[in-house]
Amino acid sequence: MQLVLSEDQELLAKTAADFAAEHAPVSRVRALRDARDPIGYSRDLWRQMAELGWVGIPFAEQHGGADMGLAELVCVLEALGRGLAPEPFLGCVLLAGRAIQRAGSEAQQAAWLPRIASGDVVAALAYQEAGSRYDPTRIEATAAPRGSGWRLSGQKIQVLDAVGADLLVVAARCGGGIGLFLVASDATGVQVVPQTRIDHRNAALVKLDDVDVSQDAALGSPDAGGALLEEVVDYASVGLTGEMLGSMARAFELTLEHLKSREQFDAPIGSFQALKHRAANVYIEIELCRSAVMAAARAVDAGDAEAAELVSLAKARCSDAALLTANEAVQMFGGVGMTDEYDIGFYLKRARVAQQTFGDAGWHRERWARLRGY
Amino acid sequence: MADIAEFRADTRAWLEQNCPPGLVGRGSNPLEGVWGGRKWTFSDPDRKRWLERMAERGWTAPSWPREYGGGGLSPAEAKVLAQEMRSLRIPPALIGFGLTMIGPTLLQFGDEEQKREHLPRIGRGEIRWCQGYSEPGAGSDLASLQTRALREGDEFVVTGQKIWTSYADQCDWIFALVRTKADGKKQEGITFLLIDMDSPGVSVSPILLISGSSPFCETHFDGVRVPVRNVLGTIDGGWTVAKALLGHERSMIADAFGSAGGASSRRGLPDVARDHLGEDQGRIADPRVRDRVVQAEMDARAFMLTVQRTRDAAKAGHQPGPESSIFKVYGTELNMRRHELLVEILGPQGLGWEGEGFDDFERELTRDWLRSRGNSIEGGTSEIQRNIIAKHVLGLPD
Ligand SMILES: Cc1cc2nc3c(=O)[nH]c(=O)nc-3n(C[C@H](O)[C@H](O)[C@H](O)COP(=O)(O)OP(=O)(O)OC[C@H]3O[C@@H](n4cnc5c(N)ncnc54)[C@H](O)[C@@H]3O)c2cc1C
Repeated sequence: MQLVLSEDQELLAKTAADFAAEHAPVSRVRALRDARDPIGYSRDLWRQMAELGWVGIPFAEQHGGADMGLAELVCVLEALGRGLAPEPFLGCVLLAGRAIQRAGSEAQQAAWLPRIASGDVVAALAYQEAGSRYDPTRIEATAAPRGSGWRLSGQKIQVLDAVGADLLVVAARCGGGIGLFLVASDATGVQVVPQTRIDHRNAALVKLDDVDVSQDAALGSPDAGGALLEEVVDYASVGLTGEMLGSMARAFELTLEHLKSREQFDAPIGSFQALKHRAANVYIEIELCRSAVMAAARAVDAGDAEAAELVSLAKARCSDAALLTANEAVQMFGGVGMTDEYDIGFYLKRARVAQQTFGDAGWHRERWARLRGY
Repeated sequence: MADIAEFRADTRAWLEQNCPPGLVGRGSNPLEGVWGGRKWTFSDPDRKRWLERMAERGWTAPSWPREYGGGGLSPAEAKVLAQEMRSLRIPPALIGFGLTMIGPTLLQFGDEEQKREHLPRIGRGEIRWCQGYSEPGAGSDLASLQTRALREGDEFVVTGQKIWTSYADQCDWIFALVRTKADGKKQEGITFLLIDMDSPGVSVSPILLISGSSPFCETHFDGVRVPVRNVLGTIDGGWTVAKALLGHERSMIADAFGSAGGASSRRGLPDVARDHLGEDQGRIADPRVRDRVVQAEMDARAFMLTVQRTRDAAKAGHQPGPESSIFKVYGTELNMRRHELLVEILGPQGLGWEGEGFDDFERELTRDWLRSRGNSIEGGTSEIQRNIIAKHVLGLPD
């Protein structure tokens, strides 16, 4: 494993950074929120990202993808994370798309992945439930055999990017295991109720009230979805840490700018050693995060034996560091840091949501310990 | 790549054939090993044989040029050698400030004569070096140092006092910062001198540490005559050389803590915790300690990955990035946290100083913990490191 960007990756990161700076500054997130935009992201921009080839990065070439991996996705997500871009990478590509890619039959992949990669179809993975906390396999929704197909019932919470999605991949208990099922979002009995969280990203309650699906709706074997879910959530977790890396770095830059420009006692506040040392600590944490995220992405791409551990390392570190960065930012901004008018609050809210998505720091430390046999 | 695979196979075969069997599997501890020098006595003949064989091949300083007694290895080859030694758990043949601090600085700033005089003797472990930077009045504010060097013909006459000179009583040569100009900016009148400690007028006296050992000394210079050709870099231009050496010192510290970590390399933290706190279904029984062990292990992993990232970037031809500035402060503080935790895990057995009732491991660990408190002081304190990061990396104003 080489912890360095290849030339292609550097180029990709640069292109993404330029694109994000031009089209996806944090002011856009404010505008979407203030306009109470129903889906909370721009479908136009999503199409542009698809045209650039980013949406299909992990998918096979014959499915409209680029046949690349997390190392490349992280390049893009980090760039977009700087402006907290809300476009549906997590729900649509890293969760639902990845599940279809990993478990779908050739026909299912051919039917959906090219349309996801082109931005025409947005998909979401409905797995999390009220009682499941961070265990993706703690599922009570059911898939009961009915004719040659199944009848799904249950309720999913905070389904990422589900509002306005065309396709849902639903996890439900089936026989002794967990199955994943493709469900059209407008199927009878499906209700998608938007949830408003502190970050105003797209998330929804998905209510399934006797939803009938046919035999070919099952993704893979209908009782082997548990292990797959864990794998897919790990995959998405690395993507999320890439995003977090970008948003931490940006929040920290904003803080440094403030430290250099705000004056008190006739001096820039950044000349005060108490603040210098706090800033140095934040910097150290961000650098450590970068190494962990790069390692996790490469380990997952390579199918390395240490991959799951490194995912937890990256997620635990980024969770702690993103909050530290944002909390320290608010403190060092002073009173204005508490105002809605300043952007720093957006970074704090997103850091909190990201920390408590796919397992928080404590949860990943515990998982790491189990994986290592401590 | 094929070449590297071949090099790896050859290296492994050579190591297996040449490393005395008693040393295979011993592993390495950053502060333990053969430091060399005229005063060195080998407690173990295997260590002596190992040093001779490695030095002959130039592998005590694998990446130095061959003409100066090094191995002439490329960065990739040097990495392979280190990996193979690690995987066979073979200790390095030679350690010390010659290899890690003054050697690389000589390569950078030395003239041909200086390089030919000093580097081969370092590589063979014949001369042991110490660092004469700090003075009673010049610690963090190093540039305020007062040891004077007055020019008399082809010589400097050096008078003054250094302090905290690690291992001065066991060393043969000292690289020292001396003041050659009293007026002007204090950084601009400093010269970097190489001084033979056998010269008349040099005296050292050990200082006892809280850990009970005396690894460092006061070093006095009383009219010591040093040839002008022993100036490294230019007269009055020593500050540049001094800073470059500090860079090498900090990357040595990163190596030491990034790959192993003091006593924790004697035995892993999780194993010590299991032994002393018991197991609950194979896991460390006390969940509070377990979480702290996990945190320390994860911190160490992230730190090692960051060290690796810097090395990989260097191999790919990138300039060292600002991330290397974090090694000194994070690596040492991590090592200190680990030692705190280890001593706490030992409980009452972590309190032994000497005598009965405590085994070697317990006593060593307790003393290692005391020694580790100096990690955030030596080589520039953590506060100074954070000042450096704030100023040079983050661009915060003075
Ligand atoms: C184990 C050990 C080995 C050593 N080996 C050597 C050696 O071989 N050769 C050698 O030359 N030296 C050696 N040193 C000395 C070491 O480099 C100095 O101790 C160190 O630079 C600090 O200087 P000082 O002890 O005078 O402390 P001071 O500089 O007096 O510092 C005291 C406290 O004040 C803080 N402080 C000082 N200035 C600032 C500032 N501007 N901002 C914020 N805080 C500040 C420091 O961080 C520290 O906490 C060694 C030290 C130790 C502990």
